[in-house]
Amino acid sequence: MAQVVRLAAVDKTYAVRTRAGRVRRRRREVRAVSDVSFTIESGEMVGYVGPNGAGKSTTIKMITGILTPSAGRIEVLGLTPTVDRRRLTRRIGVVFGQRSQLWWDLPLIDSFELLHHVYRTERARHDANLAAFTERLDLGGFLDVPVRQLSLGQRMRGELTAALLHDPALVVLDEPTIGLDVVSKYAVREFLSETNRERGTTVLLTTHDLDDVEHLCRRMLIIDRGRVLLDGAVDRFKAEHGNDRTLVVDLESAAEPLPLRTGQVLRTDGPRQWIRFDRRRTSAAAVIAEVTAAGAVRDLAIEEPDIEELIRRIYASRTEGSPGDGVGL
Amino acid sequence: MADGLRVYRLMVAAKIRSAWQYRTSFVMFLFAQATITSLEFVTILLLFDVVPDLGGWDRREVALLYGLATLPFAASDLIISPVERLSVHVRAGTFDRFLLRPASSLLQICAMEFELRRIGKLLPAVAVLWWAMAGVDVDWTPSSVGLLVLALTSGTVIYSALWIATASLSFWIVATQEATNAVTYGGQFANEYPLHLYPGWIRAVLGWIVPLAFVAYVPAVALLDAPNPLALPDDLVYASIPVAAATLVVSLRLWSLGIRHYQSTGS
Amino acid sequence: MSRLWWEIARRSFRRASSYRLATASGVFVNTVFGYLRASILIFVATAAGGSIRGQSATDLATFAFVSQGFIMTIGAFGDHELAERIRTGDVVIDLYRPADLQLWWAATWFGRSGFLALARGIPPVVLGALAFDLEWPDPLWHWLPFLASVVLATTVGFALRFCSNLLTFWLLDNRGVEQLLTVLISFFSGLVLPITLFPSWLERIARALPFASMIQLPTELYLGRYDGMEIVSVLAQQAGWAVALLLVGRAVLRAATARVVIQGG
Repeated sequence: MAQVVRLAAVDKTYAVRTRAGRVRRRRREVRAVSDVSFTIESGEMVGYVGPNGAGKSTTIKMITGILTPSAGRIEVLGLTPTVDRRRLTRRIGVVFGQRSQLWWDLPLIDSFELLHHVYRTERARHDANLAAFTERLDLGGFLDVPVRQLSLGQRMRGELTAALLHDPALVVLDEPTIGLDVVSKYAVREFLSETNRERGTTVLLTTHDLDDVEHLCRRMLIIDRGRVLLDGAVDRFKAEHGNDRTLVVDLESAAEPLPLRTGQVLRTDGPRQWIRFDRRRTSAAAVIAEVTAAGAVRDLAIEEPDIEELIRRIYASRTEGSPGDGVGL
Repeated sequence: MADGLRVYRLMVAAKIRSAWQYRTSFVMFLFAQATITSLEFVTILLLFDVVPDLGGWDRREVALLYGLATLPFAASDLIISPVERLSVHVRAGTFDRFLLRPASSLLQICAMEFELRRIGKLLPAVAVLWWAMAGVDVDWTPSSVGLLVLALTSGTVIYSALWIATASLSFWIVATQEATNAVTYGGQFANEYPLHLYPGWIRAVLGWIVPLAFVAYVPAVALLDAPNPLALPDDLVYASIPVAAATLVVSLRLWSLGIRHYQSTGS
Repeated sequence: MSRLWWEIARRSFRRASSYRLATASGVFVNTVFGYLRASILIFVATAAGGSIRGQSATDLATFAFVSQGFIMTIGAFGDHELAERIRTGDVVIDLYRPADLQLWWAATWFGRSGFLALARGIPPVVLGALAFDLEWPDPLWHWLPFLASVVLATTVGFALRFCSNLLTFWLLDNRGVEQLLTVLISFFSGLVLPITLFPSWLERIARALPFASMIQLPTELYLGRYDGMEIVSVLAQQAGWAVALLLVGRAVLRAATARVVIQGG
C-alpha cells in the first residue's frame, strides 16, 4: 500500500516574545513538536490523540501545508506540503472543528456550489457526491437554511460534506466532534467510517475524546508535550491501559475510605469517593453490590479514564520499567 | 487565470447576496460613502470661496486633479482594499482557510471581504471628473483621452499595490491598521491638491518614497495648461507605467514573503 | 456609587493603554493628516495675503494639529462596543445590573478618552511643532477653558454615540448610522475645514449644530479667539448641548429598555 503521509524527524519551534519589564521583551524558543516520525498508509484511519497544547494542531498544520517544519521532512501524497500547497489542496480535505469554511449568511447549498467552482470538480461527480452525502448525513432538511441558523451538529455535517465533495484522498479533521451532542457525534463517526470503507479515503483525526478513537480508528498516536508517546493498535492499547474504570459514589455522609475487595478507593472528598477497579477482573455490578452493602449510596457513576489520565499512566508504567509500555513501539 | 477570475466572481456574488440581507445598513453605508467622497470635493470648492485659485489652478483644473486622484482610489478601494481585513484574519486564525483551498489567497480574501457599498465612492468621483472634463481647457482628442485612461489605470494599480503592501505588513506585526491608513487614505487626500502646495519634504515623500504623485499630479500637469512651478516635464506621465508596474511587483513580493513568514510562525 | 464609576473608568484607561503599537500607529496617522492639512491651509492663507478672515497661517496650522490631536479624545469616530453587545444580546446582562447603563458607558468612554488625551493628543501637536510654527494658549490661563471645553466636547461625543449605538435595538445593524454620523461630525465640526472658512450662511448653520461643540469651539478657545464672558458663553453652549443630548440618550434608553422587556430580549 502507498504511503499517504510520511513525517521524518519533524521539529517545529516558535519564537515567543514575552514582556519582561515595561518595554523590554524576552525572546524564547518554544518547541511545539519535537522529533515526530510516523507514516500513514493509504486507507488507514488514524487517531492523533493528546491533551490540549500537546502539538496536535501544529502537526496537522504542517501536514496540510499551513506551517513549515523547522526541521525534518514531510511528504503528503508524494508532495511537500508547503512547497506544493496549492496542488495538495485539491487532494486533501480539512475540517477544523472550531472554524467554519461555510459562508455564514448564505444557505448551506450555496457553500457547496461555491466550493464546486473553487475546486473545479466535474459537475456530474459533484452532483453525485452531494446527493450521496445529503442522503447519508441527512442534510435534506436544511440545505436551504443559512449557515448562521444551523445547530452545531447540523453545521458540522455541512463542514464534513464541504471537506469531502472534491473526493480528497486524505481527510484531516481537527477535533471534529468537539461540542457535539451524542446523536451528532454518532452521525459524524458513522459517516467517517463509511467514507473510509467505501471510498478508501485515508483519515487522520485529532481529538482529545478517546471515545472517537475507540469507535473509529484501528491505530492511534498519542502525543504529549510535542513528542509521540505511543504509536500502535487501539485494541492493544486498550487491553493494556484501557481497562481501569472509576466508580464515583456519593454516600449519605462523609466516611472513611470503604474497605473493598473488588476495587480500591483512590480518593475521597466529603461523602464522595472514587473507586478504581479493573473490568477484566471484576464486573461493575460486583463493585456496586459491594459498595451498596458497605454503606448507603445516594448516587453513583462510572467514569472511563480520560486522555490525561492515560498519559499519566503511560509515564508511570515507563518509569516503573514495566513491560506493559511496549505497545507498538 | 480565467478560472481564478470565475471563482472570484462567484465569491463576490455570494458576498453581495449576504450583504443584501442587511438592506437598511447597506443603503445607509452606500449613502455615507458617497457623501464622504463628495464632501472632500465640497471642501475644495469652499477653499475657492476664500481664494481665487489654488496655486494658480482654477476650479475645473483642481476638479480634474481630484477626479484623477479619486476615481482610481475608489476603484482600488472597491476591489483591492478588502485585503485590509488580513490583520483580522491573521489574529483570529481564520487565514488558514484561504491556504487550504486551491485558489490564490489574495484573490480569496479580496472576494470574501468584498463590500459592494464601497461603490458609493465611485459615483461622486465619476461625476466630478465628468464635470471637470467638460469645463477644462483641454482638447479631448484620442491622444489626450488615451493619456487620461493611462493615468486612471496606472493610478488604480498604484493604489492597489499600496493596499496590498500595507496589508502584508500584518503578517509580521499586528495592530498597524491606522498607520497603513495614513499611507492609503492619507495618500489619497494628499493627491486631491496640487503637489506644489506642499513643502519640499512632503513633495519628496510623495514623489520618491510612496509614488503617489504619479497617480494624479503628474498626469494632470501633462494634460492641463496650468501653472507648473515644479517644472515637471509633460513626458513624465509615461513614467507612471513603470512606476505602477514596479509598485505592484514589490507589493506582490511582500505578500508572498508574508505568506512564507506566516507559514514559519503560524501567526 | 461614584467609586464604581471611577473603577470602571480606570480599567477602561488601562485597557486602552495596553495597545501600544496601535497607539503609535494612530499618532502616525494623526500627524500625517496634520501635516497635509496644515500645508494646504498655510498655502491658502499665504496666497490670500497672509491671513483669511482674521486668521493667520499660524492660526490655521495650529488648528490643523490641535484638532488632529483631540479627535480621538472626543471619540469623533465612535465606538462599537455597546452596539456589539446589543447585537449579540449580551446587553441584557448590562440592563439587569443595578447600575445605570448610560453612566456605565460614560465611565468607560471617559476612561479611554483620558488615555487618548495623553497618548494621542499631545504627540501630534509636538510633532507638528517640529515642522511648522504653531501657537500655544496665551496667556497661560487659556489652557483652562480649553481643557474644560475638551471635556465638554468629549461629553457631546459620548452622548451622540450612545444614542446611535442604542439604535441597534431597532436596526440590528447600526453601522450605516454610525458611518453617517461620522460624516456629519467630520464636516460640521470643523475637522475637514475650520468652519470659519465656510461661507457665512454655512458657518451659521454649522454653529447652530451640536457638532461645532466637538472640535471648532475647543480649538477656538485654544487659539484665544474669545475672552472674558465670551469664554463662559462658549462653554455654556457646549454644556447645553451635552445636557440636551444626554437627556435624549436617556429617553432612547428608556424606549429601548421597554422594548427589551416587551420582547424578552
